[in-house]
Amino acid sequence: MKVLVCMKQTPDTEATIKITADKKGIEEQNIKWIMSPYDEFAVEQAIQIKEKLGGETVVVTMGTDRVIESMRTALAMGIDRGVHCWDDAFAGSDALATAKILASVIKAENPDLVLCGRQAIDFDQAQVPAYLAELLGWPQVYAVCKLEIQEGKAICNRRIEGGEEVIETSLPCVMTCDKGLNEPRYASLPGIMKAKKKEVKKWTLAETGLSADEVGEAGSKVKIIEYLPLPERPPGKIFKEMETEDMVKEVVKLLREEAKII
Amino acid sequence: MASGVMIFAEQREGKFRKVAYELLNIGRQLADQLGGPLSAVVVGKGVKDLASSLGKYGAEKVYVIDGDPFELYSSQGYASAVANAIKQADPAVFLTGASAMGKDLTPRVSAKLGVGMASDCTALEVVDGKLQITRPVYSGKCYIKVELVGTPQIASVRPNTYPVAEEKEGGAEIVEVDPGISADEIKAKVVRVEKAAEGKIELTEAERIVSGGRGMKSKENFKILFDLADVIGAAVGASRAAVDSGYASQDMQVGQTGKVVNPNLYMAFGISGAIQHLAGMRTSKVIVAVNKDPEAPIFQKADYGIVDDLFKVVPIMIEEFKKLLQE
Repeated sequence: MKVLVCMKQTPDTEATIKITADKKGIEEQNIKWIMSPYDEFAVEQAIQIKEKLGGETVVVTMGTDRVIESMRTALAMGIDRGVHCWDDAFAGSDALATAKILASVIKAENPDLVLCGRQAIDFDQAQVPAYLAELLGWPQVYAVCKLEIQEGKAICNRRIEGGEEVIETSLPCVMTCDKGLNEPRYASLPGIMKAKKKEVKKWTLAETGLSADEVGEAGSKVKIIEYLPLPERPPGKIFKEMETEDMVKEVVKLLREEAKII
Repeated sequence: MASGVMIFAEQREGKFRKVAYELLNIGRQLADQLGGPLSAVVVGKGVKDLASSLGKYGAEKVYVIDGDPFELYSSQGYASAVANAIKQADPAVFLTGASAMGKDLTPRVSAKLGVGMASDCTALEVVDGKLQITRPVYSGKCYIKVELVGTPQIASVRPNTYPVAEEKEGGAEIVEVDPGISADEIKAKVVRVEKAAEGKIELTEAERIVSGGRGMKSKENFKILFDLADVIGAAVGASRAAVDSGYASQDMQVGQTGKVVNPNLYMAFGISGAIQHLAGMRTSKVIVAVNKDPEAPIFQKADYGIVDDLFKVVPIMIEEFKKLLQE
């Protein structure tokens, strides 16, 4: 069984996000970069599948050289090798353009299963996996919280409103991983040492077989007009150091008379 | 020439989700500004009568894909059916709800049509005859405004962003669409749906939410939140800390690794307000926080707050709401 994980590097959840002066992006200095937390579920699942069934695991990511560090985290956790997609032509790729690039790697690697995180915590779009599945002509399952691999197929659960769907799918398939699927392991010290020597293959425009106008900003269908700060929230009315009953009565009254919500 | 707006009217077991009616409302507003008709697409089994009921909510035409392979949701089956309906109707804008189904379906439809899309949007406006879409990014720490190249312009809309369309007189023309896929071409199939307890209000659709955090201290203590929720007709949520401590189930988690909610009223009890939690509830219209710790970050986001022991506050609040709602 060969499992390929698509991973994205994102700012740490706790990072302060500042919009640049031209409103076209965020200030990237002083940001701590991490593997998107949902992708950790995908990495862990790939490793567990290999531990049980044997085979090979590969991690693929796209971005400047900065993203290799997060890829090494996946390698340190136990993924066998990596593919790093970057070319100046890739800059500004939207989800569809990104999926085209990743799909070119998947076609070359020919895995039995592609795992992604449910969404990357920067843009929270959850689009790339479905684009991948369509480009590859494969089935997809979004937000898997339970997975069992059987001969040539998989049974998985995904959360929906008011319950879970149980889905049976043939392989190959693209799945996205949700919280609850597993508990991602920490990279061990020997793992970190080993990861430094693991192969990371470079994948540029030439390897994709795509033309420059299919990727990057030129190939993107989503155009960012501007970044906007959060609207100012007027300071709240916070009650303290009073009798509980009086504070509760005040808030209930405000909910009815000021907020008009009850 | 593409014109008008089409919405995906999500149904399960012969009932539309609330977001379908919200989309008919915003869809009507956009169609009026852009010009062209408002249409809907319904996919399922035995859904023709259901589909025609959308005429009362402003849909002029309803495109229907009805058949055995569509009784339960599948990405491949529904995406093929919806993409065919879009090709037939040729709308300028196509909208879905950012529900579990919508999040799975919409990008696959976009991929089939070779266009881009915007996910989980919180504002849609027409500027110079084109859609401008605003959506939260970076865990809700800021927004981006985007536009889409190509036709149709596709967006999934966060549930509870717009009010539902009002019911009026009116009927819709039903148009049957060829799904363009057969049952054996659908490789990932839902074999069954395992339901949680019946009658619970779904968090992502709830207009009022009462949520508990680490400060609840035990699973048993959550009962007071369920009591409060019953009084005001709210759903009960929880923070990651409460879920990880075993006080609440995973399907109750609000936040980055849980659900994104968008209610009119969000009441947080014993929740400190970590960024992961804010990411899931920041767009709530009114936020109430109750916490013993006056330094808890949740108070910076709250419209109203009480610094006190929640176990003293909740019982009094239950009585006060009861009194108010009896008036």
